[in-house]
Amino acid sequence: MKAYSNLMQELLNGKFVFTGELEPEKTTDLTELVEGAKPLVGYAVACNVTDNPQSMAYMSSLVASYVVQRDAGMEVVYQLRCSDRNRLALTGDVLGAAALGLKNILALTGDHVSLGDNPGAKSVCDLDSALLTYMIRRMVDEGVDLAEKPIHEPPKLHVGVAVNPNADPLEAEVMKLKRKEVAGAEFAQTQVIYEMEKVDRLFEVYDQYGIKVPVIIGIFPMKNYGVADYFDKNIPGVSVPKELLETFRKVTEISDKKQRKEKYMEINLEYFENFVRDIKKSEAKGVHVMAVGYEVMVRELIGRVRGEG
Amino acid sequence: MIVVEQKPLEDIIDMVKDSDRMLVLGCDGCSGIYQVGGEKQAEVLSSMLRMGKKTKGENKEGDLKIEASTVLRQCDKEIVREALEGSIEGYDAVLSMACGAGVQTVAEVFSEKLVLPAVNTKFIGMQDREMGDLHERCSACGDCILDKTGGVCPITRCAKGLLNGPCGGQVEGKCEVGGYENDCAWILIYNKLKELEKLDQFLQFRLMRDNRISQSPRDLKGGVKYSGGGE
Ligand code: SF4
Ligand code: SF4
Repeated sequence: MKAYSNLMQELLNGKFVFTGELEPEKTTDLTELVEGAKPLVGYAVACNVTDNPQSMAYMSSLVASYVVQRDAGMEVVYQLRCSDRNRLALTGDVLGAAALGLKNILALTGDHVSLGDNPGAKSVCDLDSALLTYMIRRMVDEGVDLAEKPIHEPPKLHVGVAVNPNADPLEAEVMKLKRKEVAGAEFAQTQVIYEMEKVDRLFEVYDQYGIKVPVIIGIFPMKNYGVADYFDKNIPGVSVPKELLETFRKVTEISDKKQRKEKYMEINLEYFENFVRDIKKSEAKGVHVMAVGYEVMVRELIGRVRGEG
Repeated sequence: MIVVEQKPLEDIIDMVKDSDRMLVLGCDGCSGIYQVGGEKQAEVLSSMLRMGKKTKGENKEGDLKIEASTVLRQCDKEIVREALEGSIEGYDAVLSMACGAGVQTVAEVFSEKLVLPAVNTKFIGMQDREMGDLHERCSACGDCILDKTGGVCPITRCAKGLLNGPCGGQVEGKCEVGGYENDCAWILIYNKLKELEKLDQFLQFRLMRDNRISQSPRDLKGGVKYSGGGE
């Protein structure tokens, strides 16, 4: 198998990979995004660029992905949602991504548009994440679109998918991952997860279905108590472990800002260093650090754990 | 059946403000069965509109003619023609209490009349009498796949109409749309197929739909048979 991207090359080489995450927002200015990506060069092999996260009408992920790759020199995982585009628009965006030199796409169904900031929008979902995966693989491997129409100069890129280890029933979620594997998924990134038991449980069911897609586990070091508390309260289906949240809360009692910052770093590193070390011992093939806007942490954490075992 | 709901009265009043000679027309089909637009409701609505117009006093004596009637099924051209031919001449407008198909049937048969909708047509529903609820169960997609999904329709009951669900938005069997109150269709499908020992069907990767099948407007042409009154 040929690797078009560094991410895929590392996965094929059996290297434990690290990916980061960037979020373009409702703006035309990408300076902050590019500056956020720069410190991660040499630490994360690639960074995801989100596509209308939580169905917010944000700057095009395709354009942001291109600019990050061009100006920060960071390889990207271009996230692409089915919620907002039919198969024609998706085909066009995949071709466009390849023309701009993007090498990884994360095929997502996407949150329902009614959850976002333009809730009256029409939900498209002509395809779903499995079908988008299938479409991309046919474009790459066979040089045809979904209607089997030939593509002049087919795209050369890889397609990944998402999997949620917090899902209950987990079996249904893993069976869906199996379908995505059948459809051609080349890697999978998970939702945020905090406990090793959940990682182990995921791989238990994963093995039961004989899945081979390399899985990259999503983790979320939190910048401060506010972020942790918000995440705990507002992201359905996952919660921050109580003890960890409590340790974060205690930091708010420190009056000195600089000390607070250091303490948050210390807590995060202590928790996530151990967690990543444990993840490395599992069947996981990497870690996806979803700490948007917390580059110092991402860099420090990856720096500490990447060399080992 | 087709589920309908009466429009807010203010909207109806505004809609009929220029019509003084009007037939309020109920339907004994779905709309009447659910007691939204049957004979009784047509009478109530017509007398309310009549009273409203009278109190406003805009009409000269004798100009106002707002009456109620009902037909067996407004979505049948023959039934509508037979029921109204001869009597409809006295009205300028028809305020229909049938579903959108009924409104348009009347409008097609009596093309010279203004036909207005008094109800909103909502969905194809399943009735839960105990709770007094109606639930959408089918969106008439034209290519039924219930045999492959444990009898649960993902086109209608999955908020995204996914063929390869569940999406990442399901939490403990509930859907992200509607505040985690509705069941996630794909978890219903999973549970049902598990119960039937047919999880291999759940594991199937499903190819995309050909959306031309449900491309509106759709027709079934010729040879449509008929039974059930009104002949
Ligand atoms: S698949 Fe669903 S929408 Fe289509 S005909 Fe069957 S029940 Fe109706
Ligand atoms: S949660 Fe379930 S029902 Fe809701 S959109 Fe996702 S798959 Fe469909």
